[in-house]
Amino acid sequence: MTDGISESYRALRFAAEAEARGRQSRETVVITVGAATCGRSAGALEVIENIEKALNDNSLTARIDIVGCAGHCYAEPLVVIAVPGQPAIMYSQITPDLAPLLIRNYLAGGDMCLEWALGAAEENDLIPPVTMSPRFAGETRRLLRRCGAIDPLNINEYIAADGYSGLSYALSGAPEAAIENIKRSGLRGLGGGGFPAGEKIELVRAAPEGMKYVICNADEGDPGAFMDRTLIESDPQSVLEGMLIAGYAAGASEGYIYIRNEYPLAAKTIGKAARQAAELGLIGQNILGSGFDFEIKIAQGAGAFVCGEETALIRSLEGKRGTPRPRPPYPAESGLHGKPTLVNNVKTFAYLTWIAANGPGEFASIGTERSKGTAVFALAGKVRSPGLVEVPFGATLREVVFEIGGGIPPVAKPSQAAGEIPVVIKRRFKAVQIGGPSGGCLPEEALDTPVDFDSLRDAGAIMGSGGMVVMDEDNCMVQAARYFLEFTQKESCGKCTFCRIGTKQMLDILNRIIGGAGRMKDLDNLSELAERVGQGSLCNLGRTAPNPVLTTLRYFRYEYEAHILEKRCPALECEKLTAYYISLERCQRACDACVGSCPTEAIYTRSDRLKAIDQEKCIKCHSCIDACPANYDAVQRVSPILALPEIKPDKTGGK
Amino acid sequence: MTVYNGGGLPSGEASLIENYTYEQTQHRQAAIEIAARYSGSSDLISILLDMQEELGWLSREGMLEVARLLGMSETTIFGVATFYNRFRFTPPGKRRVQVCMGTACHVKRGGVILDLWKRRLCICEGETTADREFSLEQVACVGCCALAPVTVINKEVIGGMTTAKVDGIMLQRELEREREEKSGAGIKTEEQDAAENK
Repeated sequence: MTDGISESYRALRFAAEAEARGRQSRETVVITVGAATCGRSAGALEVIENIEKALNDNSLTARIDIVGCAGHCYAEPLVVIAVPGQPAIMYSQITPDLAPLLIRNYLAGGDMCLEWALGAAEENDLIPPVTMSPRFAGETRRLLRRCGAIDPLNINEYIAADGYSGLSYALSGAPEAAIENIKRSGLRGLGGGGFPAGEKIELVRAAPEGMKYVICNADEGDPGAFMDRTLIESDPQSVLEGMLIAGYAAGASEGYIYIRNEYPLAAKTIGKAARQAAELGLIGQNILGSGFDFEIKIAQGAGAFVCGEETALIRSLEGKRGTPRPRPPYPAESGLHGKPTLVNNVKTFAYLTWIAANGPGEFASIGTERSKGTAVFALAGKVRSPGLVEVPFGATLREVVFEIGGGIPPVAKPSQAAGEIPVVIKRRFKAVQIGGPSGGCLPEEALDTPVDFDSLRDAGAIMGSGGMVVMDEDNCMVQAARYFLEFTQKESCGKCTFCRIGTKQMLDILNRIIGGAGRMKDLDNLSELAERVGQGSLCNLGRTAPNPVLTTLRYFRYEYEAHILEKRCPALECEKLTAYYISLERCQRACDACVGSCPTEAIYTRSDRLKAIDQEKCIKCHSCIDACPANYDAVQRVSPILALPEIKPDKTGGK
Repeated sequence: MTVYNGGGLPSGEASLIENYTYEQTQHRQAAIEIAARYSGSSDLISILLDMQEELGWLSREGMLEVARLLGMSETTIFGVATFYNRFRFTPPGKRRVQVCMGTACHVKRGGVILDLWKRRLCICEGETTADREFSLEQVACVGCCALAPVTVINKEVIGGMTTAKVDGIMLQRELEREREEKSGAGIKTEEQDAAENK
């Protein structure tokens, strides 16, 4: 039977490789455009349209490949042009307007337009490859290796890139051998909890015979995290393959992918991918002739953060309100429809595929002692090169934020004189928030923390889903804590009293502090409430909800104290504690930039032609600061409000 | 008090249905068609999602019909529907403005953008303007954090929002409205319609 399986796989692989060769052998120019959700919002679909038009206009022929996203969000829309005989070049930020120019200059005119290039996509003697830049060199790509390299909607490209070899290997052995493989690798669930993946599958396997389910948790609700979406949109087959392997190992026959409602493209992509796999006999009855049957269904969520919790997710799949229930019994014993159920995150399934194909030893070769393999982070916020970053466990936060992410971008301000370079103002790092609303804010001192499940927990944050938001000195930490708490408070399902009412009380206290009416006793109350909410809640939403408050209290207590004692916001962000004014010494009579930028018409021109802000109308939106030319820098902020300098009234007294 | 008897119409509601308006009947019909595609109560969320996709919102009449077809109580249906953020119970505007309030957008002053939308449209989040032109929603992360702050209008993602862009979109709408009025007060003649379809 074993021979039969590898035989059927070889046949599939042979056909896929033949198709791939057919594609490559032709001597044509290949233009690759990344068009996942983020690429599309940056205009990738228009880029493709414009490229087609430009090819027509210049009577050129080229093949356009539409691929997923490589996670380099800062470079979207990303275009790769491979001309036969020349190295493939990766171009960043090719907007719809730029695309026709690039085609004309390069393909018709022979000018490579290196000023737009990120680098060469492969090693060569002419152009430095992108792999030499820190953004690429610092990463170890395992889960994301195919993202942005293959067409997600063509299963043959996946198979030709070693796809489904892991499944064929797993099916050739006993399910127990597959479990042993996963246990030996030391893989821990990548949904945030870090439960050993092999043991979880073993628990489901050990449950009494009968109907068993596998659920892929793609309800990626953490604001700031988007790696699950990218993986599904760019390499859906690897997730399906992982589910098949898990299903075989656990003895399950049906799988569900519970996908977040906000991800319509991901749901469409994986639906198509599953149909293609079913056509080749990789999903369905008697897979690869092994006698193993497995069906995969796609289910869409309806927008509830708590449904990322496994018991809530199962209830939602059953068509009920997504409220968590006490564990045990764990889903491994009694899950969907009361049957044993294996629930894992998207990344965990994709990693099962990787382990089956490359072996557990290879997997465990990188990482720390207790966290093996790689972690994927979604880097966002005040960082130069945001996007997905895959690093081995044990890399430090500093490496991720400063080396790979490029550090804090300076603020560029326009200069008054035409043609002059914008003035650049450097910004300082303040904190990095890890793990979404359940995570914590870590300060500069903690930047040398290695990223793994245990070190992050000790520092007060969690691995969570891997969202990583960088904040600079313009961000108020009390505001940050309030933001996350507001999110969890809104998303609390209301089942546990502490979570429902406790988070509301904490939010009220934070709002008071931000509004300038805080008392010192509030800080003690906050800590106490935080502890109680953590203890008195059933699921991880409530248990970890106080984390942002606890970590900001721990690392940024002085900011809270400044808000309470001095009525001052050190980051000049809190509206009620900050005032904007225009310095008369710096303001120029000939300039009107701020007046037009103000959305509430709070800025008026005095009779001496200088500008002033009507404090009553000002909403502190920052537009005037952005608009004021850097060489004047006349709009100033001050906190506390009492420090507002008295502006000399003009003769007419205003208007 | 209405009593349910195995999926039949609750007593006293038959006459209610006869008095339905066009929109109410439309919602009821949609519920019947969509529920027929699914097997039962465990597909409730999918049924409601499909209904919202088709009609834009969930009306009382639509949900009543679903309750009847699935043999579940109205409160269960309403309880499930209100639990999830996705469902809306008021008709959406022609332009659905969704302001992203994800972490990255928050850090990049997304709150100011939401504030300005409220100010310009004179409505709060979750509401629709009186002319049903605009509706405003606050959404959790739409997943394009690198483009923060983000506003989604009718599924079109607009990245790098500024206060000026909000005003720009409002102005664009204003110009369109003027053009419509010029070309015959919004009522299209058949020839115009055909020309546009070409």
